[in-house]
Amino acid sequence: MIDLLTTKYTYLVVVALLAIGAYVMIESDNFVKKIIGLNVFQTGIFVFFISAAFRTGGKSPVVQSGGGGGPFVSPLPHVLILTAIVVGVSLTAVALGLVVRIYESYGTINEDTLEEVRAND
Amino acid sequence: MTETLLPLLVAVPLLGALLTIATGLVSERGPPTVTALFLVVQTALAGWIGSRVLLNGRLSNEVGGFVAPYGIELVVDGLSAVVVTLVAVVSLAVLVYAVRDDSGGTAFYTEYLLLVTGLSGMSVTGDVFNLYVFLEISGLATYALVASAGTGRSAVSALKYLLFGTVAASLYLLGVGYALVATGTLNMADLAVELANAGYDSPLVLASFGFVVVGLATKTALFPLHTWQPDAYNDSPDSVSAFISALVSTVAAYALLRIVYTVYTPAFFEAVPVARDALVVFACVSIVVGSVLAVAQSEVKRMLAYSSVSQYGLVVVGLAIGTRAAVFGAIVHLVGHAIMKGGLFVAAGTIDDLIGARTVDEYAGLADRFPVLGGASAVLMLAMVGVPPAVGFAGKWYIALGAVRAGTWPVAIVIFASTLLTLAYFAILVERMFVAPASSSVRAATDGGSERLGGPTETPRSLLALVVGAAVVAVALGFAVTDLGTALEPTLDMLLSP
Repeated sequence: MIDLLTTKYTYLVVVALLAIGAYVMIESDNFVKKIIGLNVFQTGIFVFFISAAFRTGGKSPVVQSGGGGGPFVSPLPHVLILTAIVVGVSLTAVALGLVVRIYESYGTINEDTLEEVRAND
Repeated sequence: MTETLLPLLVAVPLLGALLTIATGLVSERGPPTVTALFLVVQTALAGWIGSRVLLNGRLSNEVGGFVAPYGIELVVDGLSAVVVTLVAVVSLAVLVYAVRDDSGGTAFYTEYLLLVTGLSGMSVTGDVFNLYVFLEISGLATYALVASAGTGRSAVSALKYLLFGTVAASLYLLGVGYALVATGTLNMADLAVELANAGYDSPLVLASFGFVVVGLATKTALFPLHTWQPDAYNDSPDSVSAFISALVSTVAAYALLRIVYTVYTPAFFEAVPVARDALVVFACVSIVVGSVLAVAQSEVKRMLAYSSVSQYGLVVVGLAIGTRAAVFGAIVHLVGHAIMKGGLFVAAGTIDDLIGARTVDEYAGLADRFPVLGGASAVLMLAMVGVPPAVGFAGKWYIALGAVRAGTWPVAIVIFASTLLTLAYFAILVERMFVAPASSSVRAATDGGSERLGGPTETPRSLLALVVGAAVVAVALGFAVTDLGTALEPTLDMLLSP
């Protein structure tokens, strides 16, 4: 058990981040906090990929001419997550843009207040 | 030779999106013209590549010369040829409506082309991570298009869609991550081999299947993961609801079919029957609940939206049963549903523009005023119910046939029940349009509508042509299904080979 905690603790971080992100998205009434929750959730997945690339004693995968020099950490998940981070940033930008629009239309970014405003319309 | 053109299926609309911005700076008429031009090119390209593939078999291209499985591979087989052609044709047809109805400016047309880019990319990619990127590109473009109505309501619906869609895509990505950990590869064809080597009962493989299916099912809007969908369809501009109802969930369902059969392969279902059973039950619940919710709606656009929940349930049940007839039925229903639902949303939007009728009751006496529009809508609705010889019948017939052959009788009963429920909600609409006398509230709305538009309310020719065209295609496709079956035979052989 202790062994698992000391060697695989990054996966516990993944589980914690996914759970916190999902909880904030569901529980919070505030749209901006929901978006923060979404970001935390995605970060959990990023950490999962990066953890999967790790190997003990691995070096950064810059292969010298002639080859050899391993073992290297796997570069593939790093590249994937670089792309996923870019996607995440664009999503956050669009989401915040929508929140600004909602605030301009209804004067609130709170889900419950929004329900009341819309019920009165 | 033809295979070197495959990247153009993604590059053409992407280039178009950039040029749309550039021309938008110069003139106001530029963006719609450029969009139309690029979509014509895209349609021609997709049609040509599609016909090549159906005649000569699958094509693949390793992008940038990086050899698969390390590089990204684009693959077009019979199935993706059908889907990519559908995307091009429908986006070109809906553009006619968009130009008339929602001249949203440069941003609108850029998002429109970006959505076509994402959907085409999803259809032709042979790499699971690349599929995630295109899923997110089409997602981002869809959120922006939904919000392009400019109202507060549409912004709320778009944000809800964004939260659901992003979590769905993230779950898909997590599933890809599990598969990557199990196999070390992302190429679909390579994954099929490596997953078998990793063992189908390995927890990593099972978890990846679960995450991928839940992610894509959310994008497809299956019950109970559909809650974003009615709001998004209802609050977006009319042309956008026609576009996304016809294509976005369709391509997500295609991706599910592709992943299940090309990556996990039928052998996975053989080894883990519980995965198949779970998917069948999930889809059957979606069929029934979607129909029941549709019957309960008073607004026409919401009714059509819930109807989609049920129809995609049919598609997923077809792909889950996995007999040859059922999978072919799922493909036919996927294409047929896109055309019928797109046509119905164009009709609903046009009627809203003409006389301001949005609810079922306001449709009373509509066919007297607009006989052609009403008639074409009725044909589309009956096609959706599954009246022969329309394509809606062909799809359901093959899925039900596949279910019976596989010995899953309850599924055949569910399909039959769903047909009755579909009849229930569309029969109300048809009855309103053709039998019920126009109510006073409608006349008032009609007068208001005429004043608003200034002049007599006559259906614009181009829109009438779109709806009638959709109705004609829906019926004609029903006759062409056997030919499609012959053309898709090699593809089905390949998909279903264990």
